[in-house]
Amino acid sequence: MADVTSDLKAGTSGPAQWSRGTWASALLIVAVALTALRYGGLLPDALHRIPEELIPPFAAWLDAFFNFVKDDLGLLTLTRTLTEGLEWLLDVTANLMFGKRRWPNIGPIPWTAIAGVAAVIGYYLGGWRMALLGAGTFIWTALIGQWKIAMETMSVLMVAAPLAFFIGLGLGILAWKYVAVNRVIKPILSVLQTLPFFTYLLPAVIFFKVGPTAGAVATTIYAIPPMILMTTLGLQKVPIEVVEAGNMSGCTKWQLLRHVYLPSARTEILVGVNQVIMLCLAMVVLTAFIGMPGLGAKLLAMMGSFKLGRSFEIGVTIVLLAVTLDRMSKAWVVKQPVHFERDTPWWRKHIVLLSGLGVFVFFCIAAQFIDVFAEIGRKQNFSQGKEIDTLIKGFLALDPVQNTTQAIRYVLNVWILNPFRDFLLSIPTPAFILLVVAFALSLGGRRPAIYAAIFFGLVALSGWWDRSVITLYSVISAVTLALLIGVPLGITAARSEKWSQRVLLACDTAQTFPSFIYLIPAIMLFGITATSVVMSILIFAMVPLTRYTIEGLRTVPPEMTEAADMAGATRMQKLVKVQFPLALPTMAVGFNQAIMFAFFMVIIAAFIGTQDLGQELQRTLAGTDLGKNFVLGICVSLMALTFDLTIMKWATDRKKALGLPD
Amino acid sequence: MNKFTTALTAGVLAFAPMALLAEDSSDPIVIPIHNWSSQIVMSHVVGQIFESMGNNVEFVTTDSQAVYESVRLGDVTLELEVWEGAFGASFRAALEKGGLHDAGDHDAVTREDWWYPMWTKDACPGLPSWEALNECAAVFATAETGDKGRYLDGPVDWLKHGQERVEALGMDFVVVNAGSAAALWAEIGAAEADKRPVVVFNWTPNFAEAVWPGEFVEFPEWVDGCDKDPAVGPNKDALYDCGNPADGYLKKAAWDGMKDKWPAAYDVLTKISFTNPQIAEMARLVDVEEMEPEEAAAEWLEANPDVWQGWTS
Repeated sequence: MADVTSDLKAGTSGPAQWSRGTWASALLIVAVALTALRYGGLLPDALHRIPEELIPPFAAWLDAFFNFVKDDLGLLTLTRTLTEGLEWLLDVTANLMFGKRRWPNIGPIPWTAIAGVAAVIGYYLGGWRMALLGAGTFIWTALIGQWKIAMETMSVLMVAAPLAFFIGLGLGILAWKYVAVNRVIKPILSVLQTLPFFTYLLPAVIFFKVGPTAGAVATTIYAIPPMILMTTLGLQKVPIEVVEAGNMSGCTKWQLLRHVYLPSARTEILVGVNQVIMLCLAMVVLTAFIGMPGLGAKLLAMMGSFKLGRSFEIGVTIVLLAVTLDRMSKAWVVKQPVHFERDTPWWRKHIVLLSGLGVFVFFCIAAQFIDVFAEIGRKQNFSQGKEIDTLIKGFLALDPVQNTTQAIRYVLNVWILNPFRDFLLSIPTPAFILLVVAFALSLGGRRPAIYAAIFFGLVALSGWWDRSVITLYSVISAVTLALLIGVPLGITAARSEKWSQRVLLACDTAQTFPSFIYLIPAIMLFGITATSVVMSILIFAMVPLTRYTIEGLRTVPPEMTEAADMAGATRMQKLVKVQFPLALPTMAVGFNQAIMFAFFMVIIAAFIGTQDLGQELQRTLAGTDLGKNFVLGICVSLMALTFDLTIMKWATDRKKALGLPD
Repeated sequence: MNKFTTALTAGVLAFAPMALLAEDSSDPIVIPIHNWSSQIVMSHVVGQIFESMGNNVEFVTTDSQAVYESVRLGDVTLELEVWEGAFGASFRAALEKGGLHDAGDHDAVTREDWWYPMWTKDACPGLPSWEALNECAAVFATAETGDKGRYLDGPVDWLKHGQERVEALGMDFVVVNAGSAAALWAEIGAAEADKRPVVVFNWTPNFAEAVWPGEFVEFPEWVDGCDKDPAVGPNKDALYDCGNPADGYLKKAAWDGMKDKWPAAYDVLTKISFTNPQIAEMARLVDVEEMEPEEAAAEWLEANPDVWQGWTS
């Protein structure tokens, strides 16, 4: 057991004269030499940064292309027709949920009825606790005085989530059935998953009209990728025996899909549904920029007038909704379909449906007579906005808090972050690319290295090099800090089941809490500086690191730890020599996610004040610079993809070498 | 099957009159809402005026810069607050492309400039003169700016030229750009706790006046051409060596198609004009009294019938 790692190293070096490591070192030396030349003033400017005149006008080309597709090919007409259909759907849900004056003109559904139904569904899926959670969430929303805005949000999500589900399912089936489709879809999905949300917003507005429609479309696009991936994964895993059984009973192709494949892939598809719901909720605030009504819009307005308390309450509502829907959909994944005896009476089979309906009708009728059941009016709600406001501001103003943060701010900004940024900016472009390639080569091997070279080469050609480097610098700084805090936290928590659960719950909350709300306290503590930016990314990036550390450590096969115990290893030895190497591939997945989250959050941090790609992206929101908007978005995406490809390759190789399941 | 058809017919018949009633009023006028209180309340005030005329009104939340593209396309019918400083550029860009037009000015004037909360005066008594501000630049220093003072400017896309002004007037300040209005408030809010002196970008009319009393810094007075001709202003070799105009416009914009589609509402829109105190009052109802925007609008309409009833008659 002495060293699981040592015999692995041999496996990575090839038969060629130069191993991967040697190549990587060679690249590294060239990069260092170039930088040294630059410092010595010997490197010509053309090799330091690509000269302006050599940069191709990508934005103008893209603009021309978009205009061609939009007007000449008539895409705009098509999407505007689709918009009308979508708008009709949204009007129906809007009428039901919050009483917008549209067909069918029967809403709004009383809040008590919705809370009651949520309780029944919760009970069906997960017993009393889930029922309590379901009803509690909606009761909280109503009592805190956010019912209408919450329902405005729900009315759009009710359309966007199913849309994402069906499109994702369809594309997933296609990708599974036809290899060609899969080949086309995979890279598009990767780009979609790393593209900053600002890049979706502008096209959504232009093609689908500002308002709930654009909000619904942007949400749908954002939520589709995991649905496609999970569907394909699930279908690929269907055991051949089951398919043969279907064939033997004479299924047609359609029947085979409907009654054999899809039910067998149920678990993966439902996990996809869970992901769709979570991603939809993650977009609630961001889509408010393009007309999504409800919680997000209110949150932005509250933050615009510096009302921390009310913003916080809205954040709590979003977290509660997310946690409820997450837990319910996860319970649905686990719950297997119930089969009844032949003679079970009809009402018994459908007891849940009936009781749900009963509760619904009861409250609908009750609401006609008791006003509070229909709507909680102003001055009846229990919002504590002002009090929470005072509390938060009071805490942030405490002397010890202020002194600590002042010290952190000074040390980080003046000694670490700003010098680090200036150093990265001082590296010549070719040397920087070589450094990234060396990193990709030593971790992932040849393919990731080639991708790294192409991707960063494109970023250099985009003309936004300095801003890209600043973006990358924020990401690297934040992820490094997140590693320093998140991993030890995960290790400590993984020691006991109880603490693991608690920390994982905290992770869930931190992830669904709208990231915008972090920005204000971050600024109040650290000013408008690089520290605030890094701190707000840090919170977000720590979540996957901690989560995967816990998961990685807790899934180490017990035989291994027992063997270590028998060999008389101390706790430290066991951790360093056994658990860590085995958990490392899983932790790498978390590390990768942390980087992806950081790239997502760094763009949002533009609202604090940055000088990176996010700031430029934010600026494009004002106009119709679709081309520039895309170039910037792709720069972020390419950088993120380089890391994604490299780290995931390393993790898979490593898992294979260790004989761990995927 | 037969039963089902009957039920369906009955259902349709039952709802038909309601559907007709909803469609009876023509298409809704779409009014955009942004993320600051005065604009939200003003939009509801105007919306409720339109509704009282029998029009159908709908509100849509949008970004305050992206909205001009939507007005141009007719997705949004009008815009009630076009600020000269903040949105002038986006408005003019959309104007050039066509599809929307200027629907007249409000009486209210807008001002956007360097600003400080009152407590700053304790540390720098010579204010509001800019020379005095420059003399106590060190008071505004932060960990990152060294000896120089820090001036917190608005987001870069607001194009406030803080950097140019610092250079043109030879001031000992470093300009830092906030990323959003919320970031500005957070910085003032943090400074309020220990009454730390700050100088930031701010504007009026604005809710902040009610929360943090303060003053604008008095720069050399704005002269036409200060942004185009270096010879204008105290520094003969530089642009932007004056303060911003103290009386910028606040306009309304309308979609070109509005005039034909809703002639009566359009007529009212051109007449609508609010003053600074009226706008401040609308913001106060929401920001200080904690009312919901719809209620604040209703309350304002009730309290000021003589202001708006003239527009509708």
